[in-house]
Amino acid sequence: MDHFPTNWGRPRNDAFDAYGTHPIHQRPVNTPKDAFDAGVQRTQQPIVTGTSVLGLKFKDGIMMAADNLASYGSLARFKDIQRLQGVGTNTVVGAGGDMSDFQYIQRMLDELVVNEFTSQDGHTLSPAEIHEYLAQVMYARRSKMNPLWNSLLVGGFKDGERFLAYVDLLGTTYSASTLATGYGSMLAQPLLRKAVEGREDTLTEEEARQIIEECMRVLFYRDARSLDKYQVATVTAEGVTISDTQFLKTSWSFAEGIRGYGAQTQ
Amino acid sequence: MVSMTQQPHQHAFNPYTENGGTILAIAGADFTVIAGDTRQSEGYSIQTRYAPKVFKLTDKAVLAVNGFAADGNMFVKKVKQRLEWYKHAHAKDMPIRSIARLIQTMLYARRFFPYYVYNILGGIEEDGTGAVYSFDPVGSYEREACRAAGAAQSLVQPFLDNQIYFKNQTPAPGTVFPQHLPLETVLSIVIDSFTGATERHIEVGDGLEMYVTLSPSSPAVGFLQSQRGVQEVTAATGGERVFIIRRDLKKD
Repeated sequence: MDHFPTNWGRPRNDAFDAYGTHPIHQRPVNTPKDAFDAGVQRTQQPIVTGTSVLGLKFKDGIMMAADNLASYGSLARFKDIQRLQGVGTNTVVGAGGDMSDFQYIQRMLDELVVNEFTSQDGHTLSPAEIHEYLAQVMYARRSKMNPLWNSLLVGGFKDGERFLAYVDLLGTTYSASTLATGYGSMLAQPLLRKAVEGREDTLTEEEARQIIEECMRVLFYRDARSLDKYQVATVTAEGVTISDTQFLKTSWSFAEGIRGYGAQTQ
Repeated sequence: MVSMTQQPHQHAFNPYTENGGTILAIAGADFTVIAGDTRQSEGYSIQTRYAPKVFKLTDKAVLAVNGFAADGNMFVKKVKQRLEWYKHAHAKDMPIRSIARLIQTMLYARRFFPYYVYNILGGIEEDGTGAVYSFDPVGSYEREACRAAGAAQSLVQPFLDNQIYFKNQTPAPGTVFPQHLPLETVLSIVIDSFTGATERHIEVGDGLEMYVTLSPSSPAVGFLQSQRGVQEVTAATGGERVFIIRRDLKKD
């Protein structure tokens, strides 16, 4: 509401709310503003990629696992990458998809944690808030047709509540007591659901670890872009722990019995 | 200025996907039922067995969204935000026919990069009658007595046409079809619609969430409170009331 009679009937700028009465609805502007903007390229395909991330809820918290591989197409290029990132004292984020986009997300999350720390208001970021932040960022980037090409799992434990949710390059989100990205959603999720569904409140940490190990083994057998070295993140009331790299024991002797595979010559 | 001689390039990134599910709303004389299943899927995978698609906006209005879940959830957030701004500016809740018009303008504002969402708005009109407004992704809308949308729309809507509008049926001699159905009948029709859709459509199942909005003086509140697992989510006393009833659906 403009109180000055001299302004009535004259050209006005509705985008500027001089009296701060309430937020004014703005339409998003997506057209290029200058020549540089018009030449900007957008992500069309992931280059260096990570494969599945697994997550499950157990009695005292949540557990998440991801292998240590970053592939360059079919080349197993980087074999000591950590795809699980602790955020603050009670959350862990696991990423599949483009690893450079994940490194950018890691920088964003670090900035978020630093800003939260400097505000020193007695509050700490909860896993639900970090998930919401990432969901908004991922959706905003997809709406600008320049996605962060990742599938992320966000898990954590705060105030007695376990949290486990997913967000991807489209901004799709969902939550369940067992989650898996990529090939994990095809191979590991049925195993996770069978083992965990209905038993989330009685499953011990050791049982959860065994379920994770079995699923990672199945993934190494069947996912051609996986590795037998992986890490497990556990979040409980005690905080976030990301394990050292673990090695999977697998058995490939069955190949001996198949013509053309294994050590046999015919 | 944007170059007029841009090279043609492939877009490998599709900003949309379909997350399955079905929603349904039926208007009664003084109530409205708005229901949706709780399964969220992508292709042949179930992403989660519980992802709500029906949201309470005010004590008088409930919005069900279906299509691309990320757009659906973001759209509900934006509608809720606009309603909050309206409430602060005008000291009252937005009436449902105004919410319907607001949804149209919000959807059409994105006419050239739409929210891939089929919305159904249900609730109680200013005159106390049950109202259902259904929308297409770019904002075309209409008030109706009943509407189904989503994956199993083609299974459920014909059933509703027969049971609510009494299409392709003639009444028994000497009688007429009722103008409005009682709440008990409507809830049965909703549950049967979803169990039927679950049987024959892979993207429907896991759970059913039904929101029932009642006008202030509705006598149906007695029947409702006798139902198993009813939860009231009304914010203010003395006005319209909103209840949630959850049921299981087959998980296969």
